[in-house]
Amino acid sequence: MGLEGEQVHQSGSGWSPVYVEENLGVMSVGFLLGSPDDAVIWRGPKKNGLIKQFLRDVDWGEVDYLIVDTPPGTSDEHLSIVQYLSATHIDGAVIVTTPQEISLQDVRKEINFCHKVKLPIIGVVENMSGFVCPKCKKESQIFPPTTGGAEKMCQNLNVSLLGKVPLDPQIGRSCDRGQSFLSEARDSPATLSYRNIIQRIQEYCEQQHSLEEKMI
Amino acid sequence: MDGPGERSTNLLGVRHILLVLSGKGGVGKSTLSTELALALRHRGHRVGILDVDLCGPSIPRMLRVQDRAVHQCDSGWVPVFVGQDRAVALMSIGFLLERPDDAVVWRGPKKNALIKQFVTDVAWGDLDFLIVDTPPGTSDEHISTVEALRPHRLLGAILVTTPQAVSVGDVRRELTFCKKTGLRVLGVVENMSGFVCPHCSECTNIFSKGGGEELAKHAGVPFLGCVPLDPQLSQSLEEGRDFIQEFPKSSAFPALAHIAQQILDTSQQSS
Repeated sequence: MGLEGEQVHQSGSGWSPVYVEENLGVMSVGFLLGSPDDAVIWRGPKKNGLIKQFLRDVDWGEVDYLIVDTPPGTSDEHLSIVQYLSATHIDGAVIVTTPQEISLQDVRKEINFCHKVKLPIIGVVENMSGFVCPKCKKESQIFPPTTGGAEKMCQNLNVSLLGKVPLDPQIGRSCDRGQSFLSEARDSPATLSYRNIIQRIQEYCEQQHSLEEKMI
Repeated sequence: MDGPGERSTNLLGVRHILLVLSGKGGVGKSTLSTELALALRHRGHRVGILDVDLCGPSIPRMLRVQDRAVHQCDSGWVPVFVGQDRAVALMSIGFLLERPDDAVVWRGPKKNALIKQFVTDVAWGDLDFLIVDTPPGTSDEHISTVEALRPHRLLGAILVTTPQAVSVGDVRRELTFCKKTGLRVLGVVENMSGFVCPHCSECTNIFSKGGGEELAKHAGVPFLGCVPLDPQLSQSLEEGRDFIQEFPKSSAFPALAHIAQQILDTSQQSS
């Protein structure tokens, strides 16, 4: 996000997020580490403590969307986030995979985790889905969908496939430079994919919201 | 940090233990662990793989043994032996799941208990190398694994990264973990480093280039090499095939062979 080296400030109302723009704020343990070499070598209970603090003590103000990025797996961080947020409302989870079975294998577990903790699934995104050579324009499947990719898995498990994002070297570059890929590469097929996925997520959230309002 | 574990008789026959670590997920640790094991096996060595990624155990599938079961003997669990020559032994939580889609939704203490068991209670027999594949990060699994292995012949750790800054940034932290736990760094591997288009041979640096090499230089640790993106390698792993044997002309092969050679050289110096 281009925020390396930033620090978190405390005020009377809690921790202030670090703002990229007026309407985009970020909180991360990265801001609490003194040096880029510092490692967070913590066991579960200490991690849970910080997650609780992040959720309780950050003064977000009025926010339309709070996106929670998680590490891979189904462990402390995931259980804690779901538990601590259970008192409020989680719209759902977006699950990211690459096309190969090796990744889908783990994603099925993640889907089961969501079912177990009653976390609704907004849908699955298939990332790194094909690569178009910039020179000859032919497509290669670097991570081949040997078992039908996310599409087949979603069909089998009755979960939405939100979209497929192709590989684009500009994505990595933008992330490394802390720039918005969507702004830097407006014409990339990956940008189109991202935008479609975002739109579907927004539609899902808005639908849920209006359903709830009707029920009240 | 916790105190070291006790010496396990089950590890007495293991000559060298290597950890494969990374700060980031999805950079290819399991791939590298598997290919390194296969490369060492083709050099005539007896190799074991311990897969301590409890949430995402990938190695059984990569060696086409995902349908096998593990059994117990007097000295503990019997690992699954791969291939007709049984030259690769594997233990993974994948074998203990009732269904492959079952999620292991455990907090730290339960994970730690299983890892300790995995490290000490598998009847490996005589091995030249035991490769320990880990999940990404620097948490329970890593702390427990290092402490349980400490009384044994821990050769060191290989750190895997992709070339770009966001991955390298996490590997810097992984290096700190190694320093703090007194774990020797055998070297850094820069994975997914470039893609050669099979149609026109143009090389594109999909995930940037050079970050791993620069990091190794900056941190004063050996750089073991760049492994390119190779669809034949991905396909091999998907199907549980022996990439080293079947695709010696593939673009990733020379890099993987070179990494194995450097590990062999280091292990000979240590012996």
